[in-house]
Amino acid sequence: MTPRRLILASPALLLLPPPQPARASAEAMAAALRAFTGGAAVTPGRVTLDISPLVENGNTVPLSVIMPSPMTQAEHVRAIAIFNERNPQPHVVTARFSPHSGQAMLATNIRLATSQTIVAVAALSDGSFWSDSAQVIVTLAACLEG
Amino acid sequence: MARVLINIPRQIRAGESFAIRTLIQHGMESGYRPDGAGGVLARDIITSFTASFEGEEVFGLELSPAVAANPFITFSMRVQGSGMLRLRWRGDGGFDQSEVRQITVT
Repeated sequence: MTPRRLILASPALLLLPPPQPARASAEAMAAALRAFTGGAAVTPGRVTLDISPLVENGNTVPLSVIMPSPMTQAEHVRAIAIFNERNPQPHVVTARFSPHSGQAMLATNIRLATSQTIVAVAALSDGSFWSDSAQVIVTLAACLEG
Repeated sequence: MARVLINIPRQIRAGESFAIRTLIQHGMESGYRPDGAGGVLARDIITSFTASFEGEEVFGLELSPAVAANPFITFSMRVQGSGMLRLRWRGDGGFDQSEVRQITVT
């Protein structure tokens, strides 16, 4: 490119997207999920993840998760973890429960960097793991803007 | 001290679960936002929340930068009698705040 051409092209260079920070990926999410389950099999079902399928503002996205369980010493939900696919980190939250919880439920507000899949995994006292996932479309992203 | 809102139901029955809603004022700086000088703003988030009733843990939560600013946490608990509920938030930079509330069974 001649210097003149370079100058002519420079406005186009300004329009190039800024370098993106590292993003979690499907593999990173799978790795975080494995770290939580210890490699045990995860069966879809029983746990319910409630999140709006269309989100206008990714900075505050209401999310709730609930799993029916008697919550006795013999049979209770030990923990529920939430993972995402495309935020900078795959982990969102991990909740610990005890029989004193009465109900395995959690509600909070999370951030979503872009449209993606959210996964909730519940760990039961009998050693089994159950999951639910939800697709979310985000129109205004969190995390990345100044 | 960060401002905290805690909502406890008025009517609590022994052996029945009820929901506690909490909100704490905190920016939850994710550690990914540019600072305007070419770097990124350092991470400053709440990393853990615990609720214990009469010294026993009822609920715990580990948080990541993916939790929105001013973390809102709702959880459930079940008691057999009245007692003290202790909520504790801990985070980056030595953040540590506790709130104690009386739970009265009606």
